[in-house]
Amino acid sequence: MSGTTASNEKKEIARYRSVPDLFRVLCWVASVLTVVILAWIGYEIFSQAWPAIKKFGLNFITGTAWTPGRQVFGVLPFLIGTAASSVIALLIAFPLGISIAIFLSEDFLPVSIRQAIRFVVELLASIPSVVYGLWGIFVVVPLVQQYGTILSKYLGFIPLFEGPAFGNSLLTASIVLALMVLPTITAISRNAFVSTPATLREGAYALGATRWEAILGVIFPAAAPGVVAATILAFGRAMGETMAVAMLIGNSPRLTWSLLSPSGTLAGLLANQFAEADGMQINALMYAALLLVILTLGVNMLGEVVLRYTQKRTAGIN
Amino acid sequence: MKKIASTLVVLAALTVSGQLASAETTLQGAGASFPAPFYQRWAQDFNKQHPDIQINYQSNGSGAGVKQFTQGLVDFGASDAAITDEEIAKVPKGAVMIPATAGSIVLAYNLPGVSELKLSRAVYAGIFLGTITKWNDPQIVKSNPGVKLPDLGIKVCSRADGSGTTFVFTKHLSAISPEFKEKVGTDKAVSWPTGMSGKGNDGVTALVQQNPGAIGYVEYGYAQNNKLPMASLENKSGKFVKPTLESGTATLASVQLPANLRIWPEDPAGAEDYPIATFTWLLLYKTYDNADKLKALKEFITYGLTAGQATAPSLGYIPLPKEVVSKCQAALDSIK
Repeated sequence: MSGTTASNEKKEIARYRSVPDLFRVLCWVASVLTVVILAWIGYEIFSQAWPAIKKFGLNFITGTAWTPGRQVFGVLPFLIGTAASSVIALLIAFPLGISIAIFLSEDFLPVSIRQAIRFVVELLASIPSVVYGLWGIFVVVPLVQQYGTILSKYLGFIPLFEGPAFGNSLLTASIVLALMVLPTITAISRNAFVSTPATLREGAYALGATRWEAILGVIFPAAAPGVVAATILAFGRAMGETMAVAMLIGNSPRLTWSLLSPSGTLAGLLANQFAEADGMQINALMYAALLLVILTLGVNMLGEVVLRYTQKRTAGIN
Repeated sequence: MKKIASTLVVLAALTVSGQLASAETTLQGAGASFPAPFYQRWAQDFNKQHPDIQINYQSNGSGAGVKQFTQGLVDFGASDAAITDEEIAKVPKGAVMIPATAGSIVLAYNLPGVSELKLSRAVYAGIFLGTITKWNDPQIVKSNPGVKLPDLGIKVCSRADGSGTTFVFTKHLSAISPEFKEKVGTDKAVSWPTGMSGKGNDGVTALVQQNPGAIGYVEYGYAQNNKLPMASLENKSGKFVKPTLESGTATLASVQLPANLRIWPEDPAGAEDYPIATFTWLLLYKTYDNADKLKALKEFITYGLTAGQATAPSLGYIPLPKEVVSKCQAALDSIK
């Protein structure tokens, strides 16, 4: 009796295995599709950009004038604007984000309040870009206009603060960008702080370290790679941000040293000009899109690699 | 946002039309954002008289309008910059341009305490070239006796996107200033030597509102609706003219339309003429395959050219002069 049941069971299993597993197939299709779509996007951008790449080559990257009517296309000001606005945003968001992350990962406050604060900070990530833009227009633009004028009056001899101070400027866009990337920095570095092994923390206290000595001397160095990853990912997000920046930065294609002058970004250039573009301008915009994709993809990949590396390194200690 | 809104409108229109009679004709149009409120008003009023004809106009910019029209995706297009013969050659069914309305381009400014401002030809060309940078520049002071001009930097606001408004404005500046022609030139998108840029007429209007010391070029209607002060400009005969519907009408009255109805009064000579005014065009195919559509389109545009013109002033547009209307009507009759 038992022998026949067992052989029946075996037959069942064999039959089951001979048919492809539907769930598996679906998963395969979905994951292959994702890769294919990414490759497709890449191919499409590249093939549309090709005429411009062939015609302008590297001069496209070093050129400082963008004049579609005269078939002159150079994106250096936009490249620099993209980098500058993201770097300044990080300069503002980094100290703020790290402080919040430390504050939320140590036992300064009861857990319930920490959870609430963490929730609110992470909620910042869910606000639509255009709302940030509007908020920037109504709050940050007048502030930068007002204080920028004073700043340029007294510090105008420094090229960074040269007047006239525009409300829609590099500084305005950077301030709003800083708020937008704050959740990225806070969430990822908080995770890094929280996952520092308890043994390290306890060891530091056992050796007589004060709380600040423990945080700065032991926990922060242990979590540093995670913090670096957080910063890189935030940088990637800041570079690709489009709507809010296009609404605030003033979209000027000129190179300038002043934080209080309008500037432009690659993403903003695409958003502003694509609908009305024709002929070579479309190819040039695609070339700019290609550069933007390479930049953001590169930065994000770097961030992911650093994050992986950290997780592996801290995984051993416990 | 605009796209989503217009899609919703289209969807709503489709649902409503589905419930009503099935023998309904829908006309799709797309293009210039400057006359969009006017066309949408036409469509509304016309629909009240002809409930069986639905007109959807998508305001997505002159460039996009011309593109979609050329590809045959719409029943009619609209553009602030009349299309060139080259562009017409690309349209398989052939194209006819009809001026539908006109508007002035004004220099709106934001100077606290200054409600009247006169700018001479040399001055406003200089401002947009970036050679005049302060509001209390002696050249500006000279034409504004009695006005207290602040020691404030001039912030020039321009369009970041390609636009018919930019085309008309740079065409005028190139006509009055050889330096502007050489350094910047005439185009739908140019590289401005100074200032900041926003997207669309509304974007520039917002920039002017947000920045004290700002000056920007926008369509008359946008400045008027947002209650921005507008500068009086010196015209060819040396007179400072305030941008009003009357001065815009005077400009258009002196224009002689050629047979293809394509003209820009780039520097009108009349004493009362406001210097920067332009037509905006509807783009129609020479032939339509669908007889119902053709009939509906002709009725709609005839309405727009006649009764529809009456609403122009209330929306900030200049009604077409009579001679222009009759020429447009003749062009419309040529469509089959």
